[in-house]
Amino acid sequence: MKAWWAVVRRDLTISGRRLSDAVAVVMFFVLAVVLFPLGVGPELEILQRIAPGIIWVAALLAAMLSLDQIFQSDADDGSLDLLVLAPIPLETIVLAKCCAHWMVTGLPLILAAPILGFLLNLPAIGHVVMLITLVVATPTISLVGSVGAALTVGARRGGVLVALLILPLLTPILIMSVSAVDLALVGLNYVPLVLLLLALFLVSVVLCPLASAAALRLAVE
Amino acid sequence: MKRGDNLLFEGLEWFLGPGDALVLNGPNGSGKSSLLRVIAGLLRPTAGIVKWGDAAVHKAEGYRDAMHYLGHFSAVKPVLTVSENVRFWSDLNGGVEIETALDSFGLKDIQDSPGRLLSSGQKRRVALANLVAVPRKVWLLDEASTGLDGQSVQALLSAINLHRDKGGLLVAATHGELDLGDAKEITLGGGTL
Repeated sequence: MKAWWAVVRRDLTISGRRLSDAVAVVMFFVLAVVLFPLGVGPELEILQRIAPGIIWVAALLAAMLSLDQIFQSDADDGSLDLLVLAPIPLETIVLAKCCAHWMVTGLPLILAAPILGFLLNLPAIGHVVMLITLVVATPTISLVGSVGAALTVGARRGGVLVALLILPLLTPILIMSVSAVDLALVGLNYVPLVLLLLALFLVSVVLCPLASAAALRLAVE
Repeated sequence: MKRGDNLLFEGLEWFLGPGDALVLNGPNGSGKSSLLRVIAGLLRPTAGIVKWGDAAVHKAEGYRDAMHYLGHFSAVKPVLTVSENVRFWSDLNGGVEIETALDSFGLKDIQDSPGRLLSSGQKRRVALANLVAVPRKVWLLDEASTGLDGQSVQALLSAINLHRDKGGLLVAATHGELDLGDAKEITLGGGTL
């Protein structure tokens, strides 16, 4: 457990001292969403209608920006070899790195979302469900993203490749999250969709570290 | 052992007991680093087996707790300070002797400098401090003395001797900068690139 925390703490410290990376992700998220009212026009009804979709698509794309960095810098300076050889299982190290990645990118996105919902005239119930879906589903993005990041370690232009690999896998999350908010907006039951998102999260907690670790072991060969 | 279609080496056999050292010689590209990665368990040999106790290294129980691998790169994070770098690897690997480790490679004075300000020799010393911070039986060193000044090479030699006196094993790839006296030697052939 001490070793696990050491990995989380190290990644958080590194991100804390390279704050510009994390800020860039949130700024991209905010800017992408703010552009929509400018492009679509200021009709509040239209904005309210498309708000959940815009916020979720922007969050997904913003998260893509940071994914390729999960393992690449460790691979570049030789840390990856030592992480693979560490006495605790590589899967738990991957989980620790996903955890740190979520705290640095997922959490700020969640915090920024209410402001953007307000800008897009999202009603109160929409805000609540939007937050719930973000809280439940952003960890899944980090976890599934880690598989893409692990597979593209050492690839040129890894960032684009990660997005190409991962975005198709994340479309169910997008559809379910946006549908949940839409259902809530028209007063229908959104809980089953949130539970499905939760199920996806639980499945990826188990499977994604296994897949990432396998990919990383191949990467160091 | 093959890398791609390129046969690096074959027909190697050796045994190391407590306190033994093995030096890998050979020109660039002859497979010293690959052999070390095979011994570390990072790479699977095309044929043959490296054993720790009774099991192959990548399966052997407790091997990761017993082995240090130091590759070409020093695994020093540019934004972390020297002591943070050493402390992380020691926390991860269950080490205790951080102060001694920093001391033995003369890192006390620069322990609060961030990794990005270090020279390559200083980064190398940080990586070597990791060996001392976590006491382990096997050291696998890949050209560990690259970039070190004379004083640090002496520090490394005395660390190695102390390690071997305690019954530790050593496998080192080197171009002859480290004089290990009674070490066994393997010379790998020329690379056929």
